[in-house]
Amino acid sequence: MTVADFAFYCFAILMLVAGAFTVVSKNPVHSVLWLILTFLSAAGLFVLLGAEFVAMLLIIVYVGAVMVLFLFVVMMLDVDFAALRAGATKYLPFGLLIGVVLILQLFLAFGDWVQAPGAEALRRTVTPEATEIHNTQAIGMVMYDQYLMLFQLAGLVLLVSMIGAITLTLRHRSDVKRQNVLHQMYRKPEDSFEMKDVKPGQGL
Amino acid sequence: MVGLEHYLTVAAALFVIGIFGLFLNRKNIIIILMSIEMILLSVNINLVAFSSSTVGLGDLTGQIFTMLVLTVAAAEAAIGLAILVSFFRNRGTIDVEDVNVMKG
Repeated sequence: MTVADFAFYCFAILMLVAGAFTVVSKNPVHSVLWLILTFLSAAGLFVLLGAEFVAMLLIIVYVGAVMVLFLFVVMMLDVDFAALRAGATKYLPFGLLIGVVLILQLFLAFGDWVQAPGAEALRRTVTPEATEIHNTQAIGMVMYDQYLMLFQLAGLVLLVSMIGAITLTLRHRSDVKRQNVLHQMYRKPEDSFEMKDVKPGQGL
Repeated sequence: MVGLEHYLTVAAALFVIGIFGLFLNRKNIIIILMSIEMILLSVNINLVAFSSSTVGLGDLTGQIFTMLVLTVAAAEAAIGLAILVSFFRNRGTIDVEDVNVMKG
């Protein structure tokens, strides 16, 4: 067994164990942390497959942004999570049954899978060898060339989701004092104080 | 020697764990969102494994598609969590079975 094979088994077992703990963990904060471990192990598998750029993207975008967002929301919501788990065991046999059926179906598909004889010739963008060109450079040459439209549309999806998330969560509370910049700028000195000429020896 | 079948098996197992999580945490929508993220991750593992030049077929389009799936998954997580937060503000709970305001 080579080092790469050993690393594969380590990452694969770690990923599956972390995924299982994500699902069965009682505390949602622990679930998020196990999910982070799942994504890190998956990034390791991607590195083994030679997809370094996607692996780093997984770490930066998922572990760095999405999982932190999950963690913020879990900690922000004041929810009794124990009550939400009540009656969960009722669905346990059904879930196990569905899982077993699904995995049997997937193994039926994988066990009978063979590569079509002409598949090699039909490749649209052949993955270059790692010794020739970096993975990041190869992806960039494909993405900004053949898939430029999809790349722009993905950016549009992110823009729409950002606007949607802000619109959904933004609220103007009426019981807090907010800064009104225009009101501040239109304010004149004579509105707030007046000059009095006080004669000597006299009061106001 | 680790081949394509190994990666496909691991991805299938992760997919089934995600589906199982949907059933096990039927009420807690946060864990449901996390299970969906796991399912999408298993799909990404399949795409990257097939696009690899060492074990797969060697078509780089799979990795491009993985990045698009990542984009959509991130957008979905952001929108889902925003809906969750505004729902919690209105109802004080995140129980999925309480989401019946629009039942008519």
